[in-house]
Amino acid sequence: MLRYVVSRLGLSVVMVLLATLVIFLIANTVPGDPVLMQLGDLAASNPATVAEFRHHWGLDLPLWHRYWIFLDGMLHGDFGESLVSRRPVLRDIADYAPATVELASIAFVLSLAVGLPLGILAAVRRDSWIDHLARAVSLIGVSAPTFWLAFVVLAIFYGWLDIAPGPGRLDPVSFPPTPITGLLLIDTAWLGDWDTFRDAAAHLVLPSIVLAGSTLGLITRTTRAAMLEALSQDYVRVARAKGLRGRAVVTGHALPNAMLPVVTLGGLAYANLLAGAVMTETVFSWPGLGRYTFTSAVAVDFPAIMAITTIVAIVFVAVNFLVDLSYALLDPRVLKR
Amino acid sequence: MSGVVLPAIASPRQRWLRRYGLASLGAAIILAWALLAIFAPWVSPFDANFVDVANRLKPPSWVHWMGTDALGRDVASRVIHGARVSLAVGFVVVAIGGLFGTLLGAIAAYARGWVEEALMRLTDLVFCFPPIILAMAIAAALGIGTVNTVIAMLVVWWPKFARLARSLVITQRSMEYVEAAQSVGFGPAHILVRQILPNAVGPLVVLLTLDVGNAILVFAGLSFLGLGVVPPTAEWGAMVAEGRELVQQWWVATFPGLAILTVVMGFNFMGDGFRDWLDPHARTR
Repeated sequence: MLRYVVSRLGLSVVMVLLATLVIFLIANTVPGDPVLMQLGDLAASNPATVAEFRHHWGLDLPLWHRYWIFLDGMLHGDFGESLVSRRPVLRDIADYAPATVELASIAFVLSLAVGLPLGILAAVRRDSWIDHLARAVSLIGVSAPTFWLAFVVLAIFYGWLDIAPGPGRLDPVSFPPTPITGLLLIDTAWLGDWDTFRDAAAHLVLPSIVLAGSTLGLITRTTRAAMLEALSQDYVRVARAKGLRGRAVVTGHALPNAMLPVVTLGGLAYANLLAGAVMTETVFSWPGLGRYTFTSAVAVDFPAIMAITTIVAIVFVAVNFLVDLSYALLDPRVLKR
Repeated sequence: MSGVVLPAIASPRQRWLRRYGLASLGAAIILAWALLAIFAPWVSPFDANFVDVANRLKPPSWVHWMGTDALGRDVASRVIHGARVSLAVGFVVVAIGGLFGTLLGAIAAYARGWVEEALMRLTDLVFCFPPIILAMAIAAALGIGTVNTVIAMLVVWWPKFARLARSLVITQRSMEYVEAAQSVGFGPAHILVRQILPNAVGPLVVLLTLDVGNAILVFAGLSFLGLGVVPPTAEWGAMVAEGRELVQQWWVATFPGLAILTVVMGFNFMGDGFRDWLDPHARTR
């Protein structure tokens, strides 16, 4: 087990390093010019200003030297300064991350809470109305554009029925709590500020439903397929033959064996939710990482883009690593291979 | 699950519907949109870019049956014209990305050794990033425009095909017919393209079909963020973006979104139908 963990960990570190190289090369060889973007046409026409700007941001150094500086900084937890906000990028990210983590986590729990039972039922009652419902839900879920779904629910529940709060994390009149974790639900509960807690919770309802919609379909389908596979195995037939009740067979015998693909997908889906929040956050004016990524990308803010993509790559690789580990725990055969 | 339920005997009509119904429905939706796209200038009631400020933000009516947008342009005409961009981008991205990825994956599986190792680590690398974020960064850096966005999408598009093609070829490679072809004296290129690929093509077709819908979604998303088409081009994602503040004038953003939804559903229905078709076990086990 230890050897397996160490070798997987080593591979993950190498992947992250290579990923930073890739994103560094992309960010530094594309034609978009940060100088022009930041200084504007007037200032950019003055060679002295440009030279000073390039020197300040290290853009006059050779490529390998800049990559070295970036790596060195990264290992010390320093991703440099944002060209736009002129603040350390990591500080920016720390400010924006909690909003996204809160939203994505609730959306993830929501899509699991609906997707798992739906997928299991669809497999057990194959070709019944619930199977067709599950199929319809997942097909529409993966077909609907997130940004449009966000608009539609906002237009219906906020604009028309007026039973949901508008965009943002809190009402303009609510005072945000002093950040402890940055997760509003936890901070307000900790401080006992229940009015703000209710406000924050109400603001989470629509965006988390929209965000959950994108992964719900995938989770339902994977669960259904994996359960069908497990239910057709010999051990299920044996369990039935020896007279176990249907429910015991499904939850006790088939389900544990069907969890493997679901865990893989679930892990990746969570990582994707963190990243996929871009659209949802745009429509709901949610001050999260997705928004920040987008504004940085449009402004060609290299340090910010580098930092976000590196962190996202680390999260992705880490999730993959954890998925591999849970594989080894759920299926002892993995270690023997 | 108590007792034995004998399946009711299906009439030929029911059997046909069960087997081909979903795929046919999907194909019909796609065909309808493709025809609208091809004949857009003739079937749309107005010029897609005709500005009529006196008639701005009018709700759906008999004249403008999807209403008008903030510049008084006819939403229905713009939705019809938008099909041109979306369908074209979807097909181009999947065709080029799919071909490139499939070739790389097939070569990797057939070559083995360090070629395979290098190619597959390369795909792993692209998989380290969520596609939309990488595409967004590249699209923003390249500058706004349909071609640049397509290039950005292609960079992130090919790896999944490389992975699938590799695993398919690896399964096929050990089959007897490959050995037979080798002993007859065919070269690796012939065996790969003429013998193995036709046998591995089923799952690839499923992925290709589902993926056109996916490509249309991603492009519309990038376009929604302002990284797609140059205004005033009629494009669905951009149209939703133009209408997203207009909660009261819901028609501006709702109809282009419905267009995306139906077209992507069409491709998903067809891909799903293909899958049932190729692997009847997946559905009827």
